Amino acid sequence: MTRLIQSRGFWIALLIVIVGAAGPWWLSAYILGVLTSAYYFSVFAMSWDLLFGFAGEVNFGPTFLIGLGAYGAAILNSTMGYAIPICLVFGVVVALVGGLLLAVPALRLHGPYFGLITLVSVLLLRNAIVIFASVTGGEIGMTVPDVLSIDANVNYWYALAFMVVCAIILFGLSRSAVGLILQASGQDAIEAAALGFNVTKHKLAAFCVSAAFSGLAGGMLVFYLGAASVDTVIDLSIAVQIIIAAVLGGRRTILGAALGAIVLLLADEALRPLGQLNTFVVSGVALAVILFFPDGLLGYLLHGKEE
Amino acid sequence: MLTDTPILEVEHLNKRFGGLVAVKDISFNIRGGEILGLIGPNGSGKSTVMKLVMGIERPNAGSVRLHGKELAGWPTHRIAREGIGIVFQHSRPLHRQTVLENIKLALLPDSLLRLAADHSVDGTARAIAERVGLGDVLNRRPSTLPFAGLRRLELAKAVARDPKVVLVDEPFAGLTGPEVAMFSDLIDDFRKDGRAVLLVDHNVKSVAALVDRVLAMYLGEHIAEGTADEVMRDETVRRVYLGGKIETHARPEINARQGEPALDVRGINVFYGKAQALDQVSIHVHEGEFVSIVGLNGAGKTTLFNAISGLVPSTGDIHWDGRSLRGRSPASIARGGVVQCPESRELFGDMSVRENLDLGGQHLPSAAARAKQLDWLLELFPILAERHAQPARTLSGGEQQMLAIARALMMQPKLLILDEPTLGLAPVILEQLSKALTRLRETTPITVLLGEQNVTFALPHADRVYVLEHARIVWEGDPGRFAAEMGTGYL
Repeated sequence: MTRLIQSRGFWIALLIVIVGAAGPWWLSAYILGVLTSAYYFSVFAMSWDLLFGFAGEVNFGPTFLIGLGAYGAAILNSTMGYAIPICLVFGVVVALVGGLLLAVPALRLHGPYFGLITLVSVLLLRNAIVIFASVTGGEIGMTVPDVLSIDANVNYWYALAFMVVCAIILFGLSRSAVGLILQASGQDAIEAAALGFNVTKHKLAAFCVSAAFSGLAGGMLVFYLGAASVDTVIDLSIAVQIIIAAVLGGRRTILGAALGAIVLLLADEALRPLGQLNTFVVSGVALAVILFFPDGLLGYLLHGKEE
Repeated sequence: MLTDTPILEVEHLNKRFGGLVAVKDISFNIRGGEILGLIGPNGSGKSTVMKLVMGIERPNAGSVRLHGKELAGWPTHRIAREGIGIVFQHSRPLHRQTVLENIKLALLPDSLLRLAADHSVDGTARAIAERVGLGDVLNRRPSTLPFAGLRRLELAKAVARDPKVVLVDEPFAGLTGPEVAMFSDLIDDFRKDGRAVLLVDHNVKSVAALVDRVLAMYLGEHIAEGTADEVMRDETVRRVYLGGKIETHARPEINARQGEPALDVRGINVFYGKAQALDQVSIHVHEGEFVSIVGLNGAGKTTLFNAISGLVPSTGDIHWDGRSLRGRSPASIARGGVVQCPESRELFGDMSVRENLDLGGQHLPSAAARAKQLDWLLELFPILAERHAQPARTLSGGEQQMLAIARALMMQPKLLILDEPTLGLAPVILEQLSKALTRLRETTPITVLLGEQNVTFALPHADRVYVLEHARIVWEGDPGRFAAEMGTGYL
């Protein structure tokens, strides 16, 4: 604990959170809305980084897990009318079960197959949602009867608090003994196994944690927006954005992924006047960062001096 | 402290990879406080044996028992927990963590719920670091350590698990003289602790001082066992490493050739991370000459060839045909006439024999030239004509080697670099290969640079010989003088 209080990073993070929490007093309602979405988005990116940066598994379909959580929560809310917390828990369970069904066979494969399977899973989920349009609303999406709050400021604080809690848990996990084993498993599975660690067990656990947080964040986003749609939580372009955000911020840092997500979404808004060019410019900049600073923004700040 | 009963018992171990028998009926015991050396040239199956014991590969048959408990077929992490540890040759430590944290990793329990390490872990990790000589660099990151430091870190991680059996892969590769002595002491400590130790290495020489017994392997089979001296004197072992009687057929008229060499390598150095793989190596090859570079596995032959082919970065000068090769891509060097046939063969396994050869001929100017070259090669290696439609990976080891050489020759090289063509081949195949090389040498003006561990194979063809040892050229001369001057000291 004393080490935490002495560390500079802790105070910087605390300061950022305080400045962020004061947002409603110095930011426009529009920017607040963008940031609210960005905070949920940052949880997607952090969950993804736990799996890629630490366990070394590239999940090309993070929106499969997010979508399961989002639609699981939304469907329970709209059909059964359960309270939001129960629906969120249900969403997490759906994401976990779906994730496990996907990961258990996929993690046994070597090479690029895990990534390919995750990619295909997104397409499958998308099709399933379109086919069962009577329950899911299909391409158009579905509205949920309940929302977190109708006050934009309260919604903002919910999102911020949610992100901070997730960041503390995921970051703490990454720096714990378990995180160390996970990192070793991701980097050299044979050596980790030779040290007595069950690599599959650790990777599977990481996948479950990633699935749970992705699903929870997906559910939260639905109850913030008041609607679930394929374009906001499942589309492959969302998956690509999450991956770019995590790599842009710095893989194997967890917090970098959050930073990357916020920067990416803000940049997207700032460049909106460019019209069609906007996505092009953001992608171009992201590509340049990935090419020239492969360790990402935070990775560069923290580890730039290492090599 | 030698125990009476063996700790590790390996019996009738067998491993096949497809049609290739990598390990055939290998048995040995190691008692506590005993060091067994497992030696064999590249491709002999010794590393596979180590992987089978550790559970990295599953044996097809046979048993691996630790204190009488059957472990064969178990997953690696359970074997590790039973008490078998391994020191890998190439370590990949966690780069963002300190040396101390890397050692602590090895002390952690395999649990998903223990988020914080026990307090005792810190003290234990420090004590281990002190013991292997990492006490002063605890808070540094692995990337700042010299190569020997990284090896110490690997050793520390193995010690941390307190294994009853320690497997060490090429304990001294890449280390300098004093470092070798220090590592020997550390491995000797394993013996004093009563652990059973298996040292896996290419040759007897490097582990002779340390081991109690040696088991020699070749082509997956047990060929000799005994003390280091006995194994070094063993006829079969000498035949495997040196081959049988040394014959030479140097062509003096070529040796007399003066003037500018076609290939001129001047004082090159190559580093793999911290390990120096080549130290001020200079060689030259004249046009039409057949030069052999002999040296044990790990001496640096492949590194030298890869440096010439532009596959690894080097410092120093490499001139081909009077022009520096610096800054040229491997592809451009190959198109310029310096073609390497690599040790690992690098065939396109799913393509047919014919397709592999056609790929080699892609740069030839005309279809007629391609057809002519192909005809000539199929005459040189008739077996390839029979096999032309078969996927390359279904060929036997010897046929694959011939295909690799033929593919290199399809490029009509001015200089053909042959890296250890005898790797893993049975004697009868060696003879066929040797005949093909003889024909090549006698019927074409080709320049050849051959790297070999097998001296009997390398010498008959050579006009001139270099000996590479521990990253340095230690001898140069004509093959006739080799037997007299180097023959005994080579093994």
